[in-house]
Amino acid sequence: MRLYGLMVELSSPQELLDAVHAVKAEGYRDVDAYTPFPIEEVCEALGCPASRLPVIVFFGGLVGGLSGYALQAYTAVFDYPLNVGGRPLHSWPSFIPITFETTILGAALSAVLGMFILNKLPMPYHPVFNAPRFALASRERYFLAIQATDPKFDREATRAFLASLGAHEVTDVPA
Amino acid sequence: MAEPPGSDTRWERPPLITPGYTVATVTNKISAVVLRKTPRWWYAGFAVSFALLLVLFYAVGYLFVRGIGIWGVNQPVGWGWAIVNFVWWIGIGHAGTLISAVLLLLGQQWRTSINRFAEAMTLFAVACAGLYPILHLGRPWLFYWLFPYPNTMGIYPQWRSPLVWDVFAVSTYALTSLMFWYVGLIPDLAALRDKSSGRVRRIAYGLLAMGWRGSAKHWHNYETAYLLLAGIATPLVVSVHTVVSFDFASGIVPGWHSTIFPPYFVAGAIYSGFAMVMTLTIPLRALFRLEDFITMRHLDNMAKVMLATGLIVVYGYAVEIFMGWYSGNEYERFMIVNRMTGPYRWAFWSLMVCNGVVPQLLWLRRVRRSVPMLFVIALVVNVGMWLERFVIVVTSLHRDYLPSSWGDYHPTRWDVATFVGSIGLFLSLLFLFIRFLPMISISEIRMLLPEAEVGKAGEAGKGKER
Repeated sequence: MRLYGLMVELSSPQELLDAVHAVKAEGYRDVDAYTPFPIEEVCEALGCPASRLPVIVFFGGLVGGLSGYALQAYTAVFDYPLNVGGRPLHSWPSFIPITFETTILGAALSAVLGMFILNKLPMPYHPVFNAPRFALASRERYFLAIQATDPKFDREATRAFLASLGAHEVTDVPA
Repeated sequence: MAEPPGSDTRWERPPLITPGYTVATVTNKISAVVLRKTPRWWYAGFAVSFALLLVLFYAVGYLFVRGIGIWGVNQPVGWGWAIVNFVWWIGIGHAGTLISAVLLLLGQQWRTSINRFAEAMTLFAVACAGLYPILHLGRPWLFYWLFPYPNTMGIYPQWRSPLVWDVFAVSTYALTSLMFWYVGLIPDLAALRDKSSGRVRRIAYGLLAMGWRGSAKHWHNYETAYLLLAGIATPLVVSVHTVVSFDFASGIVPGWHSTIFPPYFVAGAIYSGFAMVMTLTIPLRALFRLEDFITMRHLDNMAKVMLATGLIVVYGYAVEIFMGWYSGNEYERFMIVNRMTGPYRWAFWSLMVCNGVVPQLLWLRRVRRSVPMLFVIALVVNVGMWLERFVIVVTSLHRDYLPSSWGDYHPTRWDVATFVGSIGLFLSLLFLFIRFLPMISISEIRMLLPEAEVGKAGEAGKGKER
């Protein structure tokens, strides 16, 4: 059986945090924790890099706003100029509300799509779902997994190390 | 504020969630609402709502056949109930975004128990609102002409028109609210996927959950996205009702052409929205026994928001009346006098009682602690806010500059049927929502539990009251 990694179940956020610290201190790199709600401290301990999402959202909003304005300016000035009582064709103040709305739309779309892309979702199948009690990760339990790709990963040694962290048994996660 | 004396319990805030819950029991209690057998009252409620929805189908079907002549609109009152209902519904939606976005940014943790539900209310209210301008077009099947697309006619929408701004504002609002709501739902959908036993449910929730597995790295991006969406939705919600008010304020009709409209519309929207959240939450928390999560403190806070926004709205009325006199413009002055004493004075004075007088009861702690009183006041405010839009739309139009173009407005049975039908649409969607999706955010409630706290002792964790 090819192995995705080894997983240990923990019963409280504090236990999980301590376990993450221990795993990191041991020098493991390909580690992830699974929790029923976000725990900032765990992410910090795992060494999550700063999210790239704010940059994506900024450019999403920028593109949305610029294209909203460009659409109005182009159609009102060049493509379909409509002379209403000699008023200027490029009447920019009246283009602002729609520019504002398209900025918001661009930013919101890029926030949601960006989150999905960065998290590589949707991903209906993932090896961690093979772990027997993993359904509890969305409910009340906290899981820590070390992947087989980790350079320090050794089936027996890692298993023994993980067993020392939590009260529950360490399970193999088949790939 | 000075520290209140310890013996005085009046100053102690009750906890947000009744103590004694753990991460597991919160999950069980909220998901049980969705996963257990359908209660009998749900069938009864859904049957009534669906019957009303059929009324909408009938009214709209007849409208398609005969045209908007079946409504009471005519010259000079071309915007009848359709626009009244549009503004009313979209205003109701605003409380959902305010609760989910603005209160999140302000760190108001009490929002957690009601935000999911309020966001769903926003979506359904926007769906109802969106119907009206389209039906009011006259040729509703050509609604896509509102969008700028290269067409064989070689023309584009008039960008300088607030009505076109409205198209963009409302559709952006609908899309952003939908995405915000869905992103919030993902972890809960995963919880339902893992908890439900039936194969169909597991697959349905599994597809919707997108394979969410609660990875710490995912949560990190997720929380960033959620916070950013809240930051984006906050100016959006203000802009939407501002643009709706431009529909009126940009016109030169006396009673519409006023700079107070944008802030006064936004405050009115929040006012009516909180009234609607209250109207819906009070029966639901009783039916599903969710009093432990939606506590008296939540109702009390909502009542206070209603009181505050209600006062802003009353200030708006006062400014309108004052400006009618102070402008020295005889048409403006006539408009105000006509509102108070003309053919629609009943609407004006009922509005003043519903929105101005009755909500003042909320100053009393005794009233804010009484669930039946809150329910009645919320209903009264819902009615009052509908009347406000009626007064703005109809009284302004029926007497404008030239007496030769004056007229009266009488809604027909089809106006009533369309309005009642839209309530049916709203309630049907709401019943389906509470049956199939968790009406309280499970993953966010978990974060409020003492169990969720980590870190050094003494340091204020996330579960602590701010």
